[in-house]
Amino acid sequence: MQSNAASVVFENITKAFGKDVVAVDDISLSVEAGKLVTLLGPSGCGKTTTLRMIAGLEMATKGRILIGERDVTRLPATDRDVSMVFQSYALFPHMTVLENVSYGLKFSGFPKVEVRERALAGLDLVGLKDYGARLPSELSGGQQQRVAVARALVLEPQVLLFDEPLSNLDAKLRRQVREDIRDIQTKLGLTVVYVTHDQEEALAVSDRIIVMNRAVIAQDGAPRDLYDAPASRFVADFIGEANIFDCTVESVSDGKAAVALGTYRTALPARGIQPGKAFVAVRPNRVAIAAAGAANAIPGDLKKITYVGRHLEYFIDTALGPVFAVDPDVNADFQRGQSVSVTFAEPGPVLLSN
Amino acid sequence: MRKVDTHRRVHPTIALWLIVGWVGFCLLPWYGIEDGFLSLIWLFDGYPFEPGYAPALFLLLQGEKLWLAPIVIGLLLPIFALATAKSARAHSTLLILAGAFGFGWLIAQGFGIGLRGFQFEWLEALFGPLGDRQFGMGYGALLAATAFLFFFTQGIAARGAINGDVFVVGSIGFVIAIVTVFVFFPILSLLTSAFITEDGGYSAGVFIAKFFDDKLWGTACMTFSGRCGAAWNSLILAILVGASTTVLGLCFALIVTRTGFRFKRGLRALTVLPIITPPFVIGLALILLFGLSGTVTTFVADLFGVQPTRWVYGLPGVLIAQILAFTPIAFLVMIGVVEGVSPSMEEAAQTLRASKWHTFRTVSLPLMRPGLANSFLLGFIESMADFGNPLVLGGNFDVLSTEIFFAIVGAQYDQGRAAVLAIVLLAFTLGAFYAQRFWLGRKSYTTLTGKGDAGVHPQLPAPFAFAVGAIVAAWTFFTIVIYGMIFYGSVVQLWGVNNTLTLKHYVTAFALRITEEGIRWTGSAWDSFWTTVQIAAVSAPLTAAVGLVTAYLLVRQSFAGKNAFEFGTMLSFAIPGTVIGVSYILAFNVPPIEITGTGVILVVSFIFRNMPVGVRAGIASMSQLDRSLDESSLTLGANSWQTFLRVVLPLLRPAILAALVYSFVRAMTAVSAVIFLVSAEYDMATSYIIGRVENNDYGLAIAYSMTLIFVMLGAIGLLQLLVGKRSIGRRGQQAPAAVTAT
Repeated sequence: MQSNAASVVFENITKAFGKDVVAVDDISLSVEAGKLVTLLGPSGCGKTTTLRMIAGLEMATKGRILIGERDVTRLPATDRDVSMVFQSYALFPHMTVLENVSYGLKFSGFPKVEVRERALAGLDLVGLKDYGARLPSELSGGQQQRVAVARALVLEPQVLLFDEPLSNLDAKLRRQVREDIRDIQTKLGLTVVYVTHDQEEALAVSDRIIVMNRAVIAQDGAPRDLYDAPASRFVADFIGEANIFDCTVESVSDGKAAVALGTYRTALPARGIQPGKAFVAVRPNRVAIAAAGAANAIPGDLKKITYVGRHLEYFIDTALGPVFAVDPDVNADFQRGQSVSVTFAEPGPVLLSN
Repeated sequence: MRKVDTHRRVHPTIALWLIVGWVGFCLLPWYGIEDGFLSLIWLFDGYPFEPGYAPALFLLLQGEKLWLAPIVIGLLLPIFALATAKSARAHSTLLILAGAFGFGWLIAQGFGIGLRGFQFEWLEALFGPLGDRQFGMGYGALLAATAFLFFFTQGIAARGAINGDVFVVGSIGFVIAIVTVFVFFPILSLLTSAFITEDGGYSAGVFIAKFFDDKLWGTACMTFSGRCGAAWNSLILAILVGASTTVLGLCFALIVTRTGFRFKRGLRALTVLPIITPPFVIGLALILLFGLSGTVTTFVADLFGVQPTRWVYGLPGVLIAQILAFTPIAFLVMIGVVEGVSPSMEEAAQTLRASKWHTFRTVSLPLMRPGLANSFLLGFIESMADFGNPLVLGGNFDVLSTEIFFAIVGAQYDQGRAAVLAIVLLAFTLGAFYAQRFWLGRKSYTTLTGKGDAGVHPQLPAPFAFAVGAIVAAWTFFTIVIYGMIFYGSVVQLWGVNNTLTLKHYVTAFALRITEEGIRWTGSAWDSFWTTVQIAAVSAPLTAAVGLVTAYLLVRQSFAGKNAFEFGTMLSFAIPGTVIGVSYILAFNVPPIEITGTGVILVVSFIFRNMPVGVRAGIASMSQLDRSLDESSLTLGANSWQTFLRVVLPLLRPAILAALVYSFVRAMTAVSAVIFLVSAEYDMATSYIIGRVENNDYGLAIAYSMTLIFVMLGAIGLLQLLVGKRSIGRRGQQAPAAVTAT
């Protein structure tokens, strides 16, 4: 099995259903060949529509789609070199596993013997070599999922699409299948576009994540950038948990902003934000707790402590509002109801304009 | 890696239709041949120069029928399109031009020039008398027209319609064309006669006077002071029949799929009996049982000493006969739907603490709604269109379909009145159609998803199963009695007069002698019998094919004018056979389509009469197939035709079987349209039987009907073997203990 990985480019794509419903509003994006890019967002944000436009199952209302530098905007799904793994797997219930995997190969002009060889190789790749004669209904959910992946893989498509492939699997299996998908993708150097609404899944598998919200791209970047430097309040909140506080930017100089959070003062990278009202987002693991009375800290009351095995979770009431913090030190000696001081680790808080 | 190239210049589909078009133009006889559609006599009788058999090219070379010359333009243009890329503007323009011009010219010359030269006075005024004439279209014209149609659709597809999908655009174009020619055109010819005055002019007054006739809308029966209008009678009857057949059909489907009942196969066979019975036979049997001197009537009269009454003539008799006749159709529709309800949904409901009864009422039954609605609609329309039973049992209970028949055939000979009645009938059936739409709403009934589904249908709760079983048992018993009567009637000398057993009716009809030259078919019924089998065998697969392709287009594709498209395909079903028969005679007795008196007109009328059943069965099962199945096939590189062939069709086997069985059987048992369309050469079994009934030769008639029933049973068994069962591997179907009746 080899890779024909190609890039995908969207140029100002708009998709409208009927007159009023705009599912995707003038987005531009590009996926480099051989990379796994995730479309992430809440339901109804347009991520699945975007995926289906790559597949050719929906036609763009406006704009241009290029796959491997070729304009495919008007090409139907049949004529695009793209395979898709469906959320429901869409295995043909009347065909055996092997027939399912051979299905696409039959239309690709391979001789019969080669169709069989390639299909078996595909099944081997997903570890289902001996299941060829079964019907899909005789497989478990995870096995069905792997058949669906094999069926798409054997075509060696320019782009492989996944539409929430893990949503029908249990949690443990989900982690394993997601690693399997990532392994195969890196091994074969495939271009993969992956749709999910699960941010952890997205962070784990992606080379790059495109966060979508209300038909537009909210942010596009590497998982780490998205987590550590969200571009907006929406992204900060959607990717991982975040404490978001109102703040005032008092002055900006040399890219450093002097920020006031109530009585607490700190200096943060300005990220182009001008003096005035703004927001600060802080990840729970960037919140530090110390005994009450520390200098330049935010005083608060510890409302609740939860033990979840690998870390402790703290819920603290402060003048800024409720603060949520996690601490890997499960032996820390804090009591419920105790007064504490809250500070932020470095680098920690991120300044946001909206 | 998929090789994709939109700029390639090889267009196999266009090349194929070019060849078809040119073959039609240069090689095959252009005009229809008197000797019949399949006769090859023309090959040896002066072809290719004899004008009656000559291809268009030879006609033109001999300087005849010069108006056919422009057709060449339409056949030349696509050759240039072959040399252009599919995405090029010139490609689509050439194809659209060629198709539109060629098809348009064929129609224009066909209607413009007829048996007596120019058809319209203004043409004659413009060009002077023609001094020539032409006949109906034949093979050549047919092929050319088909080629033009597909040039046109390929041009449209190349322009980007429906993602440039040649198969889908072509299918839509094809269905629209045939429905227009064989449904709208004849109906239009008939409906215009609703406005024709006695002296040949047009007037709305004529229509209004006939529409507000008291025989149509009278309500005297509500006050027991007289008879109601035919319109009210038909409506009440149809609602009763639709509701009862749906309930009965559901009962049968439930017994077969959700109980431990042991004789499921027998039950299936039994429910099929009434549809394979020529309609008037049930009416006849009902009279033999419940008529004034019927077996049951006299028995009851003797037992209780009451006066026998004529209660069976009228609403009760027609109602019973129609319920007997149409319940199996409801059963065929319901069985697919009841089996299609995903067991995991029912299991989910049970695990949610719903009792068996609750599960059935809140999950299974609502999921069967499309089936219920479809089955009611079918029963309603069938009842509206039924002709045989009201004719035999109606008495003073006038319904629209028989009124139409008498308006045309009876002493009144009033085409206008027939047309007005047809409009009323149409309004009712369309009303039912929209009510069904409204009821189903926009809910999703997808229950067969792309995920393999493992589960077993729950059994019905015991008391409910008992009630359903009782209904089924009663119906079954009644049916057995009816058929016992029919069989008994076929082997007695003379019903009610001389009850000695004899086989003489069978011998008269189906005697054969084995001589040295082979078998000699000496029985009187053989001619009509073989014609019927032939016509039914030809029309059944065509009907199923057209019906299922149409269903696929309606469920899986979206295109402008889809609602009008659906309306058009269902229209022919809403029109009773009598109307179809008369309108076909009016429309197809003269060129350009001159097929009256041939076998073709019978086949065509069966296709369009029965196609809606295929469409509805296809729609009902297709809406239970998840769309992602099609989509995944498309993303795997199959085109829409391959997807239809390999994914949709195999999963639709129950629907295919229903469509095939139904259209075959209907072709053998249909009466209403056939009566008008048979000819001496093509006599059908039913019209032959009616002829025997009219001569009071009941024994022969019933014996012939009995034979037909056995033939159709054999045919159905054969079809079930051929089509097989869809294997989707639900656990219930694989367990050896589970009964998988068919």
